[in-house]
Amino acid sequence: MAATEIRITGFGGQGVILCGYIIGKAASIYHDQHATLTQSFGPEARGSACSAQVVVSDSRVLYPYVTSPGIMLALSNDGYLTHKDTMAEDCILVYEKDLVKPEKDGPKAKAFGVPATRIAEELGRKIVLNIVMLGFFGAVTDLVPAEALRKSVETSVPAGTEELNLKAFDKGYEYGVHLKEKVELKV
Amino acid sequence: MKADPKNVLTGSHYLDGNYACAEGAIAAGCKFFGGYPITPSTEIAERVSQRFPLLGGVFIQMEDELASMASILGSSWGGVKSMSCTSGPGFSLMMENFGLGIMLETPCVLVNVQRGGPSTGLPTLPGQADMMQARWGSHGDYEVIALAPDSPQESFELVIHAFNLSEKYRMPVLVMTDECVGHMTEKVVIPPAEEIELLERKYTDKKPGEALPFEPTSDGVSPMIPIGKGHKFHITGLTHDYRGYPVINAETQEKNVRRLIDKVNMHADEIIWLEEKDVEDAEVVIMAYGISSRVIQPAVAKARKEGIKIGQIKMVTVWPFPEKRVRELAGKVKSLIMVEMNYGQVFLEMDRCAAGKCRTYLVGHAGGTVHNAVDVYNTIKEAVK
Repeated sequence: MAATEIRITGFGGQGVILCGYIIGKAASIYHDQHATLTQSFGPEARGSACSAQVVVSDSRVLYPYVTSPGIMLALSNDGYLTHKDTMAEDCILVYEKDLVKPEKDGPKAKAFGVPATRIAEELGRKIVLNIVMLGFFGAVTDLVPAEALRKSVETSVPAGTEELNLKAFDKGYEYGVHLKEKVELKV
Repeated sequence: MKADPKNVLTGSHYLDGNYACAEGAIAAGCKFFGGYPITPSTEIAERVSQRFPLLGGVFIQMEDELASMASILGSSWGGVKSMSCTSGPGFSLMMENFGLGIMLETPCVLVNVQRGGPSTGLPTLPGQADMMQARWGSHGDYEVIALAPDSPQESFELVIHAFNLSEKYRMPVLVMTDECVGHMTEKVVIPPAEEIELLERKYTDKKPGEALPFEPTSDGVSPMIPIGKGHKFHITGLTHDYRGYPVINAETQEKNVRRLIDKVNMHADEIIWLEEKDVEDAEVVIMAYGISSRVIQPAVAKARKEGIKIGQIKMVTVWPFPEKRVRELAGKVKSLIMVEMNYGQVFLEMDRCAAGKCRTYLVGHAGGTVHNAVDVYNTIKEAVK
């Protein structure tokens, strides 16, 4: 498998970096892949659009930066607009349905939306929206096994919040499985 | 001696290069860290400051980089392994006391997470333009040892190696990483403590009154004198004799400076660490260090696939420079290429040692990002003509 580039974008405070960390850790610690995470460190990352980049590969990642993502997770519209032009032709877009409005002439491949913030609010804590996104990502893409992602969530979130976060992951995952079934039925 | 199990986080972790540096230092038995925060090195200090209180180490955030460097020299003479980290302007500020460390022959480790310069330059983006400053940044004549990791895993390993070299040769050792490696998160496998070999400091076995702090020895490295064991001795940054007292004349200067230079040069073959690949039949050899040695791989693989006889040398140590090896190769190959994130620093050494016996090429830029494969590939095509 060639390296797959993932970009996660959103605004500061949404848990964008943690999202990237969990994906990379899932791939390289709880699965047998190599994964390199880099993140934007400039002033732009403080308060406005920020992004995390993960390169996942079956062999050692040689070039650490993401130039043309094959998967983009968009948690905010600003983030989406900032990075949409870098998406590869067949990029899969995974987006927060209530916050991001993907353009019609966006990626040639599939786009999957999830109301992650709303689901997180229903669970009682808006802060877990990034974990809902991760569960959803695990369901609609097959890059990193969902079980590895779930394990990575469990060991990466603050102690005492594991149960809530795993619930958030499962909600996102279920939403993704149902949506994918619908999409596949249509095809 | 083996590492202490309570200092070693054995297992697989997902860590950035800076955290990995901190874990390397802790595993090596570092017990004092004096530093001043500066992007992109701060996470090293942050991690150490979180871990030390549980392990009995001392972390001090000093008032500036001058004091940081001074503090690790003092603590090292006090008997504990010591480290600091910095970047950009902080490295410049440490240079005077770095020279004091060289002159006092003080074991310690300094990590420079290189960012783009000059001046405040690019705090959040990578560079490799402090390499000549690492070599010559403090005034006077001396030799240095500098290592360059290409990943978080290697950051962990090379910081341990740096501590071992610093204790063995009784001198400050530099780990020249960069923002890309420092802020890159990857799997880091930390082995069990019994697999981590540590070199301990050589102390004099002479009685108080008989031991000299700079006593001449056959391997060029004088054993240190322990503090608090009844010895009374003097050390100074002034040119000094074996007793450590200032003697301001040419004869003493010659002995003093020659010892600083000879102890590295006479062990250069042992210190220099190169990882060579496909060099034996190569027409072109590409050299690089740190992150640059990693990002050139796709371009080199492409060239080899096309039948170009290209070999690679990854310089794990940059200083001392592998002069002998480059001279040998220069008589055999068509060209040597150096890839680095600057406009030609270590390249100058490669070019000097090639001495006109082969063509030399630099793939360089001013920093801010790593090299792209196209520039590297195009230079390989040109170099093989």
